[in-house]
Amino acid sequence: MSLLEIENLSLAIADTPILRDIELSVAPGEVMGLVGESGSGKSMTALTVMQLLPFAARATGRVTFGGIDILSATEDQMCALRGDDIGMVFQEPMTALNPVKTIGEQVAEGIRWHTGANRADAEERARKMLDRVGLPSAQFPLSRYPHELSGGQRQRVVIAIACALKPKLLIADEPTTALDVVLQAQILDLLRDLVAENGMGLLLISHDLAVVTEMADRITIMRHGEIIEAGDTARTLSEQLHPYTRQLAQASMHVPARAKIHEVGQGKPLLQVDSVTRDYLGRRTSLFKRTAPIRAVNEVSFSMAPGQSVALVGRSGCGKSTLARMVLALDEPTSGTIRFRGQDITGKSEADLKSARRDMQVVFQDPYGSFDPRQKVERLVAEPLHVLEKKPTNTERREMVAKALHEVGLSPRDMDKYPHEFSGGQRQRLSIARAIITRPKLVVADEPVSALDVSIRAQILDLFAELNQKLGIAYLFITHDLTVARAITDAVMVMHDGSIVERGKTSEVLDHPQSDAAKALVTAAPDLHRAIARRLREQG
Amino acid sequence: MTAYLLKRLAIAVATLVLASMVVFAVLEIIPGDPARLMLGMNASADQVELLRNQMGLNAPLAWRYLHWAGGLMSLDFGRSYTYSVPVIDLVRERVVVSLPLALIALALSTLIAIPVGLFSAGRHGRASDTVAMGAAQLGVAVPNFWFALMLIYLFAVWLRLVPAGGFPGWGAGVWPALKSLVLPAIALALPQAAILARVTRSALIEVLNEDYIRTARAKGLPYRAVLWRHALRNAMIPVLTILGLQFAFLLAGTIIIENVFYLPGLGRLVFQAITQRDLIVVESVVMLLVAAVIIVNLLVDLSYAVVDPRLRSRP
Amino acid sequence: MTLHIDIPEENLASILAKAFRNRSFLAGFVIAALVAAIAIVSFFWTPYDVTKLIVADRTQAPSLAHWFGTDHFGRDILSMIMVGARNSIAVALVAVGIGMGVGVPLGAFAAARGGLVDEALMRLNDLVFAFPALLSAIMITAIFGPGAINAIIAIGIFNIPVFARVARAGALAIWPREFILAARAAGKGKTLITIEHVLPNIVTLLLVQGTIQFALGILAEAGLSYVGLGTQPPMPSWGRMLFDAQTRMVVAPWMAIFPGMAIVITVLGLNLLGDGIADILDPRSRRQR
Repeated sequence: MSLLEIENLSLAIADTPILRDIELSVAPGEVMGLVGESGSGKSMTALTVMQLLPFAARATGRVTFGGIDILSATEDQMCALRGDDIGMVFQEPMTALNPVKTIGEQVAEGIRWHTGANRADAEERARKMLDRVGLPSAQFPLSRYPHELSGGQRQRVVIAIACALKPKLLIADEPTTALDVVLQAQILDLLRDLVAENGMGLLLISHDLAVVTEMADRITIMRHGEIIEAGDTARTLSEQLHPYTRQLAQASMHVPARAKIHEVGQGKPLLQVDSVTRDYLGRRTSLFKRTAPIRAVNEVSFSMAPGQSVALVGRSGCGKSTLARMVLALDEPTSGTIRFRGQDITGKSEADLKSARRDMQVVFQDPYGSFDPRQKVERLVAEPLHVLEKKPTNTERREMVAKALHEVGLSPRDMDKYPHEFSGGQRQRLSIARAIITRPKLVVADEPVSALDVSIRAQILDLFAELNQKLGIAYLFITHDLTVARAITDAVMVMHDGSIVERGKTSEVLDHPQSDAAKALVTAAPDLHRAIARRLREQG
Repeated sequence: MTAYLLKRLAIAVATLVLASMVVFAVLEIIPGDPARLMLGMNASADQVELLRNQMGLNAPLAWRYLHWAGGLMSLDFGRSYTYSVPVIDLVRERVVVSLPLALIALALSTLIAIPVGLFSAGRHGRASDTVAMGAAQLGVAVPNFWFALMLIYLFAVWLRLVPAGGFPGWGAGVWPALKSLVLPAIALALPQAAILARVTRSALIEVLNEDYIRTARAKGLPYRAVLWRHALRNAMIPVLTILGLQFAFLLAGTIIIENVFYLPGLGRLVFQAITQRDLIVVESVVMLLVAAVIIVNLLVDLSYAVVDPRLRSRP
Repeated sequence: MTLHIDIPEENLASILAKAFRNRSFLAGFVIAALVAAIAIVSFFWTPYDVTKLIVADRTQAPSLAHWFGTDHFGRDILSMIMVGARNSIAVALVAVGIGMGVGVPLGAFAAARGGLVDEALMRLNDLVFAFPALLSAIMITAIFGPGAINAIIAIGIFNIPVFARVARAGALAIWPREFILAARAAGKGKTLITIEHVLPNIVTLLLVQGTIQFALGILAEAGLSYVGLGTQPPMPSWGRMLFDAQTRMVVAPWMAIFPGMAIVITVLGLNLLGDGIADILDPRSRRQR
């Protein structure tokens, strides 16, 4: 018998249909993976089960949990279920914990509420639970506050809250999306162990097909509020009967076609970074004392040839974004020099940087945050023209913008629109149009595809590859995602704790990592091929 | 924690010193010679000069400032020109009216506003919320001195429940004295309560949209429990900020309201001093009120640290 | 405390359409426009001349001839309220102008520069904040004597730190955005970025604060005039009218009721307008509805 049974579920929020005829079930001890791109309705399905939907939402159909009809349950009945029989883990660990309460209070709160245990007993159970999720009492006493923990540690606390009362069903909504690959692997391992120990059912929601394949017994694929395909994970993904399933799987493994591989050291280097170090002031502990300075980037040296595509990979907080900012002359190194086309760009005034800025552009991660919402596309894409010696006339400017838009696959008509009129993928195209309008020699791209859905991401990677080919632009790709590095770069540098610990040809480093940091990244990276193969092997 | 406290304390002291310089500078710019003012127009130039020397008016500027500031610290504000008594005596007499009035009003405003804010946030979007916030919207728009006039008309002139004005003094017993402070306190408190209730509600609603509220709901806590246990404390920071600002407004409001009710407080003292050009009294009272505002804001800063653990680990 | 700014993503037409569906905005807009219209009309016409004292008509109750009654000098209360509106609006408007004109550049500058400049400007702000408008009015009056100009200066000075704080907090929330980094990567300096990207994105915040300070300015002017530190007779002002009414509450309550209502309605209108603007432009408040 199923633990959770969803039949014919339809949902509308203020007359806008969100879900249509959802069918889904989770058996005790089973891991059900729910996959879909953003806006497919997977989170709403989870919130319906929890009955934590927005005010104006209206659900029809049948949702039963352990024989209880959830859609007609009273709020009191739901409160009894939530946290006791159904636990939930959310996507954003940084904001999911109350900043003014200790982690002990927050874990113990649900225990006390449901069992009526006294403070001491509840705290003892909370302690055990925190130990279980990997937060030992020596380092993580109950009196710690959330802001004293890192993102991965906070997600462990959230899991401790959700699993404190050994729920029959755990719902995890993108539990690892905000974490880097190594943390992701650790958290997934923890979830897998907890499911096995307690015989919980797990409803795992993710946009990442590889993650779900590694974790789930059965899989349900959603799109636009409807279920596209459902079934046994290995079979569904190896057969790929439905075209959308095939599309998703192929996009996840997409490698753009690139003709030639650029070798390091041909001709004069484009970019030369020489023992660059960046220290941040330590935290102030009193009016006169600070802790030791934090070294974000430590004695980093590398060089890039014209037209070369290089990946800088590493876990979050390893210093790769700081390094990127220094290359872009948006931040000053504490020591060391950075030369771009032979010119030293460290410690220069904005006026002296003009010629360097012309040949060096940037693409950011967040397609929503990287445009001023008050300006039209024409002005936004034309912004780098500011560094040209000769200011283009209005007609010239419009022509240049039109050309750049055309090159990234948008229409010149788009230039009179505002950024909000575009989708995430289109905005990332705008970002690229802005980056190439001055015909730069180098584009620094900071996680340019990690906020995009897989199918869009494949298209954007193709665009990057095409522009590299056509315009001979060199790329410095900052990413924590090895599939991106593999897809688009010739060489890779692995960064760990501020230093570059390994470098070489992309394929060599990723297939045969030597350093511990690189090994950790490679083994932790979810890989769809590998995951399917393992599933099939396990099932024989 | 101590770093944060020390920094706040240092800022408060620096602000206080700067404020005293401003007040002193104003005292300096004011046209007219205090010695001449005290002696009257018939005094001879020699007499004036003698008094100027006695009062230390001929000393260098910096020395006079230090002397004056030093006096403030030992509560020696100088002598009133018109009353010919130490200013501190006048202040001491009046502060026992103004301070209780401001404190009662602050307490009243908080006691009304926080429950109304909680009530409204808990029923967000429903009719009772709309009604409460409509009333608050109206309350914000009412000038306290006009509200005071209307209260006098209603309770003192029509219903004759309380005196229309005046103050019997604490010597006449606590109850009669309190009774004469009731209307002024209400007049001061209600418009402030309206502002505070709105701030409390919107701060709560803001917090209720946070992710950690959903985490708390997913634990099985009912909405009300989430409101009390998780939202209220997080909403306290903006509420405390406004509370600190309101103290300044209440002090200023006290000055006006005392004039409506003929209460012998600092406000009355200041206005009499202005009309009599008794500047030393004006400066002293202004300095005193400014100091009160700075101290209250320091207390608010310190209370942030109590509410928010993140501040405790930051300077 | 960090400020979260959701930048609305829409054009003028859709904002206007939304504005006229928002009850708060509509009511506030109608009231504010009405008060402004009355103030303008008072330049050309009032039912009676407010400078003529007609002793025979003194303290008359409201009637068809004098809708709101007359005061102790026989002046028509309605006419005085009309002229007073002009006075209140002028004082509050100029005071908001002073506050915005000085405070916004200071706040934006502090946010752009950061570090010691920011710290120094914010401490200066603390200093001004320590002097509530009434206290600075008292000091200014002590030096220069009472008058409307001094009331404007006192209220204006108090507005400066308010706008500086709002502008700074708003700007600090904009600066870490990626589009600012993109502008810096395009070689734009801090001043240019402030003008092109930061200020346009905090305009709504300033607009909302502007209506709030406008309303507070009207209340403050009334308070100052009431205690004799603001507009001086014979120029009619709402606060002064209430002062005159105070001793005559028993015999002529209308002298207090109508000017007070004028203040309440004007301030209410402005606050509704501000709430309306905030509602329309803050997408989060819309989601809650």
